[in-house]
Amino acid sequence: MFGFSRPQGISFVIMLAAVIISPAFFYPILLMKVLCFALFACAYNLLIGYVGLGSFGHAAFFGMGGYVAAYAAKKWGLDPALAIIAGGLVGAALGAVFGWLAIGRQGIYFAMITLALSQMVFFFCTQASFTGGEDGIQQVPRGKLFGMISLQDDMAMYTVVAVIFLVTFLLIHRIVHSPFGQVLKAIRENEPRATSLGYRTDDYKMLVFILSAGIAGIAGGTKSIVFGIATLTDVANAQSGEVILMTLVGGMGTIFGPVLGALILNFIESYLAQLGAWFAVTQGVIFVLCIMFFRRGILGELAARLKVAL
Amino acid sequence: MFMIFGYPSALLFGQLLLGLINGAFYALLSLGLAIIFGMLNIVNFSHGALFMLGAFVAWGLLEFLGISYWWSLLLAPIIVGAFGVLLEKVFIARLYKLDHLYGLLLTFGLALVIEGLARNQFGSSGMPFAIPKQLQGATDLGFMFMPNYRGWVVAASAGMCLLVWLVIEKTSLGATLRAATENPAIVQSFGINVPRMITLTYAAGVALAAFAGVLAAPIYSVNPNMGASFIITVFAVVVIGGMGSIAGSIVTGFGLGIVEGLTKVFYPQGSSVVIFVVMVIVLLTRPAGLFGKGGH
Repeated sequence: MFGFSRPQGISFVIMLAAVIISPAFFYPILLMKVLCFALFACAYNLLIGYVGLGSFGHAAFFGMGGYVAAYAAKKWGLDPALAIIAGGLVGAALGAVFGWLAIGRQGIYFAMITLALSQMVFFFCTQASFTGGEDGIQQVPRGKLFGMISLQDDMAMYTVVAVIFLVTFLLIHRIVHSPFGQVLKAIRENEPRATSLGYRTDDYKMLVFILSAGIAGIAGGTKSIVFGIATLTDVANAQSGEVILMTLVGGMGTIFGPVLGALILNFIESYLAQLGAWFAVTQGVIFVLCIMFFRRGILGELAARLKVAL
Repeated sequence: MFMIFGYPSALLFGQLLLGLINGAFYALLSLGLAIIFGMLNIVNFSHGALFMLGAFVAWGLLEFLGISYWWSLLLAPIIVGAFGVLLEKVFIARLYKLDHLYGLLLTFGLALVIEGLARNQFGSSGMPFAIPKQLQGATDLGFMFMPNYRGWVVAASAGMCLLVWLVIEKTSLGATLRAATENPAIVQSFGINVPRMITLTYAAGVALAAFAGVLAAPIYSVNPNMGASFIITVFAVVVIGGMGSIAGSIVTGFGLGIVEGLTKVFYPQGSSVVIFVVMVIVLLTRPAGLFGKGGH
């Protein structure tokens, strides 16, 4: 089903089981945070892992998605589902603008342009009135899903987040394993050859960039509905660094890797709270170690050992 | 006092000078990035952190060893340059055969470590760094008062940029460097130790960042975040100028500093984003950058 290979099918069943039973063992708020970041990392992986485009500005889509969803839910009283979708659409629209400006340039320029544009979005958010500046948008109501189901209860909210995560995860899996996804991988491996085969590679990159930005927007929107707050932290550059790290740790270009990466880093952050100020250093050290010794990430390494695709 | 376009001249010239000073830092930092990029083919994401490190080394030399600002101007770049040699040898050199993306991610991680350590050690608020006594006070230029130190920063960085340009464009060392940038394999076949050259190029680029850091120390407080906020703007400057030419990155750096300064006068709300707006316009009209060659 959904084009899962056998190892991927087994992995998916494990992940599904973990999503279902883990609220019995862990604080649902933490789990919801993990799922939001897992979604964000999967969106990022779609770009860096499958097309080889390293964006350093993904916080812009995540943060803006969060702001828009929070604003829509609080000021317009929009249904939470619609608010999250609005976040995704704004993320995608912003992605279209970024892509339009950056796609033509490769490698390092692409990295610098996305970073600079996201810094611009950050400055915009510090000054625009709708974001609430330093305070952010606070006390966002979770509301009632489809006007009926109250999300005030953490388990109800968790179920909704889990469904959003699983559906989007399957969507990403479907994208990666579609003919479109095959072209993306061809571009990653050898762009001139893909061009010579008649593919308009820039169009493909543009489309996948918009998809990635849109999913990042959904992740950000979901997070702000869950936590009832949207702040500058989510749109700041450090957030782009975190999502890169999650993807890297789990394994770039593996479908389950980013989920594992998000899980590990969020657990480190919450259970090693005594790290405090050392957290940034820890992140940096993990970054360096991964790049030096562990470039395929945990699942990438495992997949290579077992000679399967995960 | 007289008025220009309805603005008091002192305000205009004052902001122009501030713009020139920012431009001086943009020029030094983007110059270092361009040199490193030319040889190593990576963008040094830790450049901002090493700029900050330069300022901290100057502060430490003064605080603990009583070494004056003037010696720091020489010593801090050497110390940070040596640290750069270490970074290149231990980490960066192992990644040349891989996709350049890994070089980006690595230097990004190194920046997190360096800045995180500085923040843990010194907190985020930063320490003051006194202006050397020879440069205290201000000079009456007739149309404005210019603080001496600020004049010195502009002159020193312009001088350093000129020096670097001369070395690269007019000396035999520079010629070898340019040749190695074009085709390292052939240069190596002439018996030149290219890997060592790459290491020293990285050290030189990093030393330039440290030099800028020392110059910046008395202007901004010496704090762990001083590089992080600067470097993103510098990336935009690099995109605008294109990394094709040394002279180009110097001109773009100073030019954009002035544009930013003028924006502070005429449209203050836009001053934090004006360089990014210029970047967008340049990307739409001249995708390779003002001085860039080719599409990539």
